[in-house]
Amino acid sequence: MNLLLIFIAAAVTNNFVLTYFLGICPFIGVSNKLESAFGMGMATTFVMTLAATATWLINHYLLMPLRIEFLEYVTFILTIASLVQLVEMFIRKTSPELYRALGIYLPLITTNCAILGLTLFIALRDYEFLEAIIFGFGAGVGFTLALIIMAGIREELEFADVPKPFEGTGITLIIAGLLALAFMGFGGLIAS
Amino acid sequence: MSIFKDFAKGLWKENPVFVMILGMCPTLAVTTNAINGFSMASATMFVLVSSSLVVSVLKRLIPNQVRIAVYTVIIATFVTVADYFLKAKFPPISKALGPYVPLIVVNCIILGRAEAFASKNSVIRSLADAVGMGLGFMLALVILGSVRELFASGAVFGRTIIPHWHSWVVMILPAGAFISLGILVGIFNLIRLKAKNEKRKVKN
Repeated sequence: MNLLLIFIAAAVTNNFVLTYFLGICPFIGVSNKLESAFGMGMATTFVMTLAATATWLINHYLLMPLRIEFLEYVTFILTIASLVQLVEMFIRKTSPELYRALGIYLPLITTNCAILGLTLFIALRDYEFLEAIIFGFGAGVGFTLALIIMAGIREELEFADVPKPFEGTGITLIIAGLLALAFMGFGGLIAS
Repeated sequence: MSIFKDFAKGLWKENPVFVMILGMCPTLAVTTNAINGFSMASATMFVLVSSSLVVSVLKRLIPNQVRIAVYTVIIATFVTVADYFLKAKFPPISKALGPYVPLIVVNCIILGRAEAFASKNSVIRSLADAVGMGLGFMLALVILGSVRELFASGAVFGRTIIPHWHSWVVMILPAGAFISLGILVGIFNLIRLKAKNEKRKVKN
């Protein structure tokens, strides 16, 4: 039950993009086409789940016993960067098809603040191992959800008559605001 | 002259937030009031200036293939310093900013300046560029923070501007952040478009 709650909270009620403002760069940059939004979302979910697992293990079996938690940020960002590199090499070798679909998005993920934010939240909230993995997966699903909704709206928006100064980023941010308002409606799912 | 240009472009022409749309996460997340925006921008500026300095000093020693990783480690080091400094000296601010201080590591402005400017230019020019970009970021965060604080509580920097303001709670919520920044970006574009049109008219 607890795990389900963590999943729902990460994916919907405390959506990473719309309530924590994490991963805004790809949210604005890659959300103009539905297809690329889906690819980016899948790649991010994959890396998020892996990163949650890896950094939890490193934090609990390396940093904490040695009492070098002050190296947290350096370690986490390096773990994420090398993880992305590993995943890229692995996918290229095993499934060229998947590589073609996700390939260009993978390097971008290293600088996606949602991933580092996720690992920091896990360390901050003292999640158990399983909880951390579910949290990572849920956050990825939430990111994908927000990205796909946004891409769907923006594809329609191409035919709309937007005032010139608001074209592009301006209108995207305002729509994101309306989406955030809508997502607040999910707040009732979890009694706080 | 060119040093001044390096410095000034960050403020307006290449403002990291309003023009280049970089560093969105902290911009939106911590600007519930002007003070938070200011402290976040100061921390970011410290990291930006220090890491630009180090990158431009070490630019000949860093092998090209691993430069991004090296930059990231340099940035993460200074972020750790900034985070521990805030925790020790300004605990309330550190608490208000929460995980967004460590998230400076992935602020694209800093890595962007290291890669695009500090790794190619002299130490003094990189310093001017970093200070300019940092101030541009600060300008944006303080404007956004003030606007949100004003509409949310009728005050700016904690001082009441509009007495008996019927507070708009939505401005403190995430939705308010997105909508205010969207409108501000639109206004900045409007000003820039107007300035461009006038220049064209003068030329003709």
